[in-house]
Parts: sequence; structure tokens; C-alpha cells
Amino acid sequence: MSQPIDENMVRHIGTLSRIELTDDEVRTFAKQLGDVLEYFDKLQQLDTEDVAPMAHAVELTNVLADDAPRNGLSTEQALANAPQHERDFFRVPKVLGEGS
Amino acid sequence: MSAASDLTILTAAELAKAIATGEASATAAIEAYLAAIDARDGAIGAYNEVFADRARARATSVDAGEITGPLAGVPIAVKDNMCTTYGRTTCASTYLATFEAPYDCTAVANLEAAGAVVLGKTNMDEFAMGSSTENSSTRMTRNPWDTDRVPGGSSGGSAAAVAAHLCAAALGSDTGGSIRQPAALCGIVGLKPTYGRVSRYGLVAFGSSLDQIGPMTRDVADAALLTRIIAGHDDRDATSLSEDVPDYAADLASGAAGLRIGLPTEFYTDALGGEVRSVIDQAIETYRAAGAETVEVSLPHSRIDIDADGKLSSFAVAAYYIICTAECSSNLARFDGVHYGHRTEEKVEDIIELYSRSRAESLGEEVKRRIMLGNYALSSGYYDAYYNKALKVRRLIANDFAAAFKHCDVILCATTPTPAFRIGEKTDDPLEMYLADIYTNSLNLAGLPGMSLPGGLSSDGLPVGIQLIGPVLGEPTLFRAGRAFEAASGTSRLTSPVIEGQS
Repeated sequence: MSQPIDENMVRHIGTLSRIELTDDEVRTFAKQLGDVLEYFDKLQQLDTEDVAPMAHAVELTNVLADDAPRNGLSTEQALANAPQHERDFFRVPKVLGEGS
Repeated sequence: MSAASDLTILTAAELAKAIATGEASATAAIEAYLAAIDARDGAIGAYNEVFADRARARATSVDAGEITGPLAGVPIAVKDNMCTTYGRTTCASTYLATFEAPYDCTAVANLEAAGAVVLGKTNMDEFAMGSSTENSSTRMTRNPWDTDRVPGGSSGGSAAAVAAHLCAAALGSDTGGSIRQPAALCGIVGLKPTYGRVSRYGLVAFGSSLDQIGPMTRDVADAALLTRIIAGHDDRDATSLSEDVPDYAADLASGAAGLRIGLPTEFYTDALGGEVRSVIDQAIETYRAAGAETVEVSLPHSRIDIDADGKLSSFAVAAYYIICTAECSSNLARFDGVHYGHRTEEKVEDIIELYSRSRAESLGEEVKRRIMLGNYALSSGYYDAYYNKALKVRRLIANDFAAAFKHCDVILCATTPTPAFRIGEKTDDPLEMYLADIYTNSLNLAGLPGMSLPGGLSSDGLPVGIQLIGPVLGEPTLFRAGRAFEAASGTSRLTSPVIEGQS
């Protein structure tokens, strides 16, 4: 089912993953990810036609917390590890582009 | 041998008793361990950070009677992916190199509430992704049995610290074998509890439907003691179970007589070879001689095969790595260079570039690989073929275990395919490294408890683990069966050469 993964695909996944890749990394990952994906294909041998997917080992549903207020982190605590902040905010570069 | 180093020979339970009865002081215990760390951790590299001042202050409080509890004064090491409001929580990643957590992990807080003293944070594969602790950005951790070999991973620092007597006991985390595999390779006991038995609050998430915190100890009694303290419902982890925590020590001395031990055909194939096989075969004989009954059971979807080139394969490993990489790609999206952690110092045009560059600069190779595998498996056009397929196979694997436990109380198998491998041996081949977890992955998928304990030594003196698997919430049976094996085999509390060299 899976085609060996090519370098363009690796770049595409890098973009989806928000990880800049060097050309060396793209080459290495293409080979390594290809090997692992080929291994994953083993599962296609199994008939899972009538099997329901199992997302969690212990299938709890509707776990509700008491509707009671409790303290979260203070602004100061939340910002304590921020690489850059300004007043009570995390500082980030421009989010929206020119015509957006 | 001085009296101070004597204290490091005791198990956590023995040390707690010595301190409680006034036979030893908590201060003497802490000093003995700090001295052991000074003497030996240079060669082992178990710790990322040691909290000497804080530990001394807590020991003083224990000696003054201000801190009490079943573990009062007992020095414990904690894997560096559990948040503590003291010291740093780095996950052995450059991304979190300076991160100071604003809250405490529940399991760690429970230990300290029981009087334990957190001695430091231990090394690990970055974000718990790996099976050798070689994926750490901080240091190399070496196996106390042979310092040219890996301690296993990802909880390799905790395993090495316990084996080298650099703490009385430790906490690790297990997503696909990360407690049991290093425990096996370092000759100690390691338990992955039932999924949900121990709160995950404050454990930096890797695979949220798989992760569990558990004890790493010198013997089974200590594992039971620590589990009792860290287990229980926590309303800050919605997946934690509300069932009462039993007294795990209650059945410890009940012996093996009458236990039905399941031997899954699919774990006893040609893939189980060499010295691991002979240790397991001997363990089976030990159990039979102690009065246990063995029954053949079947786990078809966890079958382990070996091909002509010696390559191992298993459906469970494939399903596991699809699911854990998918969950990791989502969990690690939070490391964005904005809220905490590493942020690129280069000038960036927009926020996407900030994310992409900050992550590129500070995440290790294996972490990048897994995030990318996960995003691929979840991406449009591939979701059904990989992720959804793996979730279906997960159910087949869990159903197999449920059927097997109709015929047995506990399952016995190998923990790892081989004893500890050499440093650098598998680092160029990620798939080869993944297969180090081939006997442990399926339990995480099914949410079952599993414990590795020392089974014996290989001919070149390396520890080999045996793995006991229980049904959901079957921890009491694991402790009973584990203790029965220790008593019958005499393989508990192995002493690694690094300790013998000191005495």
C-alpha cells in the first residue's frame, strides 16, 4: 500500500510538523521513515473488517469534574518560563500576513 | 565498609524501617547516598540534577519528627519527565533545558507526602522516546553491569541509579516498555501499572493513552510499597481510575502454589533465542517446582517472529509505533517556542517560522522522526491505512489478552530479546531500536500491568529480566508471583559490579 516516501513528502511532513529540515535531514529521514512505514504495512495482512477502533486502553466515558472553582496558575507563574513576554502577554512575531 | 555506605545496601522498605526505629538517621541515609553519587555517578551518569541542599533539609526535618510517613527519610530518584517545583524538569531535551515547572507531578508529590526525599532527576531518552537513553541531550548513561553497554531506556537513568545504589528506589514512566526494559537490562524490578492506576498529572505527555508512571526498585516488596503510595484516583487526571488501592503487601508471601501461569505460544517462538530463552525456561521450572501450574495460552496478534536474517517482527510493534507517534505528534505540538522552552534567536518573519526554527534547533533526531511519522500517519489520505488500522489491531491485541486471562492468573514471558546491548550498536537504525521493545509494547496497547524482575545472569554476567503480565488491576497477583519467584530462585537484589568494586 505505501509507496516509499520521497524527499518531497518528507519536506511536506516537515512543514506539517512545524520543523525546519536541512537537506541532510531530508535525505536521512526519507530512508529511515520509509523503512518504518514499510514495517507498518505489515498490519495490512490482518483482517480488521468488523473490528471497532480502540482509542484508549481503559474506555471511560463522560468523566465529569465537580463544578467548583479552583485556582489555576497566576499570570506571573504562567509567564515565568516564557522566552519573551511583555506586560501580561506572551510576545510573538506577526501572526497574520499582509492581505489577511 | 563504613556504616554510612551500609545504608545504601538496604531496600527502601528496610531503610524506612531503620529510620523509623531510630537505628539510622535520615541525615545519615541522605549523606550516604550523596557520597555514593559523588563516588560513582561520574562513571554512570544516572542523574541530570541532584537536589543535595533540599534533600539535606528534608532529612533534617525527618530527624526532627516534622516529616513522617511510610517512606520517611527514604531517598528516591525521579525521572526527569515528572514536574517538580524544585530544580528543573528537562525531559533530557534542549527544548526544556531551563524549564522550571510551576506545579508538582501527583506521583512525586504522593511519595513526598509519604515522607520520601527526592534526591534528584534522572536521565532519559529525550521526551521518553528511545530504548537506550542514548537519545538524551544531556549526558550518556552507562549500565552499572558493564559501562560499555546501555542501561536501556527510556527510564535508563532511574534504572542505573537503582542498580548502582545511587538511590533507594526510583520512579520511571512506561509508554511502550520504558520502565520494564531498562529494569531488565540493569537487573532490577520495574512495574508498569494498569493504565489509569497512577495519575499522569505532571508527567510530560508522550503517548497519552499509553503512558504510566511506575516504581523501579531493588525487589518486589519495594515495588509493592511504592505502588501503594503513588496509585489512586486524582481528579486532575480524568483517565485515572477510581477503584480503591488495595494493600499490595498483603499477598506478597502467599507463594506460587495454585497460581496458573500462562505461557503464550506466540512469545515462545524461534524468536526467543539464546540466553534469554534459557533464563525463561529456568523460570518456568522454578515456578513449577514452587507449586504453580503452567498453561499454554494464545496471543495471536502479539506473535513475535524472526526471519532468515534474524530480524524480529510483530503486529503489536507496528500498531504501537503508529499509535505512539500519532499521539506524540499531537502532544509535542505544545513545544512552540512561545509559552516556555527554547526560542530561536534568529530573526523570523512570522510565527510559523518561529515555531519551525525553534523546534528544529532544540528537538533531537528521534523526536523529530516520531513527530513526523505521527503526522504522516494522521495526515489526510493515510489516516485509515495507518492510524485507524492500528486502533483496530489494538482492540484485537486487547481481546487476545482478555481471552488468555480466562485460563490463567498471570502470564510469564521475556522482557527483552537480548541482554544490554553496546553503546552505539543500534543508534543508526531506528527500526532496530524499536524492536528492543517487542515483548513490552502489547501491554501498553491493552492497558495491562506488567512487571520485569531479575531472572538470572547471562554467561557473560549481564542481567536478564523475566516479565509477568496481569489482567487489568491485577497488580496484587504480579507482586505475589514476583515475590514467589524471588524466594524460590534467589535472583533478587542482584549486586552490580559497580557496587562490588566499591566495597
